[in-house]
Amino acid sequence: MFYDIWVLMVEKGWTLALLRGAGVTILIGVLGVVIGLAAAIPLAILRWRRLPVLSQLVDAYSIVIRGVPGLLVIYLLFFGSVDWVQKVASAFGYADSAENAYPFIVGIIAIAAISCAYSVEVIRGALQAVPLGLLEAARSLSLTPRLTFFRVTLPLALRLALGGINNVWQMTIKDTSLVSVVGMQELMRTAAIAAGITRSPLLFYCLAAAMFFGMTAVSQILFNRAEKYFNRGFSRG
Amino acid sequence: MDLSIITYAVPFLLIGAKTTLLIALLGVGLGLPFGILVAIARTSKVVMIRRCADFYCAVFRGTPMLVQIFVIYYGLAQIGFIRHNAILWWLIGDSLHAAVLAVILNTGAYTAEIFRTALLSLSRGLIEAGEACGMSPWVIFQRIKFPLALRQALPSYSTEVAVIVKESSLASTITVLEITGHAKRLMSETFAIMEIFVITAVFYLVINVVCLTALNVIERRLSFEPRSAR
Repeated sequence: MFYDIWVLMVEKGWTLALLRGAGVTILIGVLGVVIGLAAAIPLAILRWRRLPVLSQLVDAYSIVIRGVPGLLVIYLLFFGSVDWVQKVASAFGYADSAENAYPFIVGIIAIAAISCAYSVEVIRGALQAVPLGLLEAARSLSLTPRLTFFRVTLPLALRLALGGINNVWQMTIKDTSLVSVVGMQELMRTAAIAAGITRSPLLFYCLAAAMFFGMTAVSQILFNRAEKYFNRGFSRG
Repeated sequence: MDLSIITYAVPFLLIGAKTTLLIALLGVGLGLPFGILVAIARTSKVVMIRRCADFYCAVFRGTPMLVQIFVIYYGLAQIGFIRHNAILWWLIGDSLHAAVLAVILNTGAYTAEIFRTALLSLSRGLIEAGEACGMSPWVIFQRIKFPLALRQALPSYSTEVAVIVKESSLASTITVLEITGHAKRLMSETFAIMEIFVITAVFYLVINVVCLTALNVIERRLSFEPRSAR
């Protein structure tokens, strides 16, 4: 039995395929979270400032995305965009390259859209948790609103948001597996292909699970360290 | 928005909603007691039991639900022993049963985490008071620990219920036609992607709102405030 596994994993090269899949998973996850966060900060500020119409729109977006399964959002973006992406790409004469890059780009957009909705809530909560006294202190020093925001509010809020961002990241790296159902070649998809070809789904799905577990465990350790670093100088509890 | 699409899609989605609700109800009805049991195991004094429960929670919280559902449905079916055992095969041989099992195991791990923090947050004094009155450990659990922990855990558990409803959508990846499964089929059949998405989203939002309101009512009934006037 061990010999069989050795042949499968090493001689047939499935280890390499799985590792490459894991790399793609991490790439999608990181890009998804970073783009999601970059989009979430302005959106969260809109909600925090309670700008009329805009803040309700952000609210609606975040409620819909958080209330609906990730799978459905991914179906919407993939099936909804196939048509016009083809049109745009062939209009510019890139039909072939669009076909190859398309699942990857839409996959990242889908993951970013989902993580953004959760990040908005995290950052808004953090912005609201910044003590008012500090903002008043900044105003009494006659700092401009812009300076106050970038020097006082944002750095403090990001420290408070760290725990929430960790949760979003953990969720996002697990959500990337959903993109596999529309044909993105990440870890889960690679495992499914391997399971189909070698007819040993138990082995490959368990390996995929172990790899995901490794990713979440390592990132948890890194986040704990980051949290300790950013909380230096603050009393615990 | 084309009205004929609504009249065409809604009946299918209603059928799907039945399956989604079935999975979610079983997930809550069986996952909650199971999660509480695991939480008790995680606070147990026996090291072996605690380690096992911790391990189970770490694995199921650290891996995507999609992997879990695939391991259960495709992976376990590979083992001859399970295929020849009538009860085990009943559990994972059918895609709906496998989906329900995966949802229960997944939510059990998260529920256990919620109840573990709730159990750990109980003040020692109350438990010591129970011990001083000569209550047995079981009576202490039943009369002091559990009611207090339940009240503590309910707000977080209501988010978990919303998660269960959403996670039930993954059953569609192993051919169970629930709301998302039907929605996918309708999308590729009618090409009215946006319309179908909006209708489906309304279904999920309604289910979520109903669940959250119900839990809110329970939460309010369990809290002290309304009756404090007595």
